[in-house]
Amino acid sequence: MLLIHCPYCNETLPEVEFAYASEAHIARPTRPSETTDEDWAEFLFMRSNVKGPLYERWRHVHGCGRFFNAVRDTVTDKFLTTYKAGEPRPDLSSLTEGLK
Amino acid sequence: MTRFNAFNLLKNAMSGHKNWTEQWPDSQPKSEYDVVIVGAGGHGLGAAYYLASQHGITNVAVIDKGWLGGGNTGRNTTIIRSNYLYDESQRLFDHSVDLWQGLSQELNYNVMYSNRGCLMLAHTVHDVQSFKRHVHANRLNGVDNRWLTPEECKEYCPPINIAKDARYPVMGGALQERAGTARHDAVAWGYARGAAARGVDIIQNCAVIAIRRNADGSVAGVDTEKGFIKAKKVAVSASGHNSMVMATAGVRLPLESMPLQALVSEPVKPIFPCVVMSNAVHAYCSQSDKGELVIGSGTDQYVSYSQRGGLPLIEHTIAAISEVFPIFNRMRMLRKWGGITDNTPDRSPIIGKTPVPNLYINCGWGTGGFKATPGSAHVFAHTIAKDEPHPINAPFTLDRFRTGRLIDEAAAAAVAH
Repeated sequence: MLLIHCPYCNETLPEVEFAYASEAHIARPTRPSETTDEDWAEFLFMRSNVKGPLYERWRHVHGCGRFFNAVRDTVTDKFLTTYKAGEPRPDLSSLTEGLK
Repeated sequence: MTRFNAFNLLKNAMSGHKNWTEQWPDSQPKSEYDVVIVGAGGHGLGAAYYLASQHGITNVAVIDKGWLGGGNTGRNTTIIRSNYLYDESQRLFDHSVDLWQGLSQELNYNVMYSNRGCLMLAHTVHDVQSFKRHVHANRLNGVDNRWLTPEECKEYCPPINIAKDARYPVMGGALQERAGTARHDAVAWGYARGAAARGVDIIQNCAVIAIRRNADGSVAGVDTEKGFIKAKKVAVSASGHNSMVMATAGVRLPLESMPLQALVSEPVKPIFPCVVMSNAVHAYCSQSDKGELVIGSGTDQYVSYSQRGGLPLIEHTIAAISEVFPIFNRMRMLRKWGGITDNTPDRSPIIGKTPVPNLYINCGWGTGGFKATPGSAHVFAHTIAKDEPHPINAPFTLDRFRTGRLIDEAAAAAVAH
């Protein structure tokens, strides 16, 4: 069972309280009418599917109900950090330093 | 390669079965091939077999970072069926079921295909409507599927609980009698043996590090742990790792890799005659010829390459099995494991060409790739050999995510996602 830290509730809770919401930091095109099919496909469907540290979204669905972001290593499933939605991406090198 | 037949069995019995020749040699890579296939699972080995047997292309290598059939081919619950909703999917999966019928004979290798039937239980009015829609859609396409009442379900598979006061009462079921199971390892071994006998090199324990491209953008070959291998064509069939392999060629894919777990019980005497799936309660079950119940359900919810998965999902799966089959609720489970499935947004596979010339992809099988092994391998080989898709896999392009012509089995299929 994953233990996930909700940055809003400031508590570390079991995975069953949370819903996964896929890759983070994917911005919706700001000018839909001028966006090409290729860019729509990129936004809607293409995913980096990283093997290693992945920026992703979770939702504390059985708690505060809010979306937040996380960095998790997809090989070990270990969470490197979680942070509030809207905050910038944390720097990966500082997160992975402690693991080595 | 020695053929398996009564005469050879008798001959080798005389010498205590010590003189059988090896099934396939453990090849070392040559410097150049016509086709390099990345991934020695059922789909990759099958594609190599059909390239050699149907298209006369034998200068082929199948390369795997692990051992042959050690990925999802050896990790699935071995269910075979073709009762999908959309015409495109039905054609693809029924093509596969057609090939399963004669596969043991064709490969001269017993893949233990057993068409014991697959029963999908309906527990709500919506389930009933949705499954009847599937039955009608299938029958319009000549795909076998029929509706059973709860009593007929019980007769077909006695362990099912059809009590009216069950939390999820059984309101009927859709039965595909041509569906069933096969021995998953034997599928990989059979294709490997057939391909190797026709001159295909099977190179195990040699990870592909990158796909190398020429200055004009076309494929040059693959960089591996054992050095560079030049190739006229490269075909990728690497299951959970497709995104990583294709990224080295600069191709992005609409995939997310998630663990799909399965588990087996202690072996018991034959009690479970078919495959039963319950989407609402969310689990599926069959009994292997060894006597173990083979059980699975949906994927974990997060992207992971751990081949392990989380225990909450196992708890959910066992709860579902105990609900539908109360007689199993004291059964002990022996093992559980995970495989990494590559899932597309529309839950349909991608088989075809890529934006890179001479680079082909067979991916996105998600939780349902095993059943499609022969059909997928067959049309993939056609696509590689002719540089154009077979009519059956023509709709399953990578480009459909740009055009919007999705094959949306995610919402509508009889798939236990």
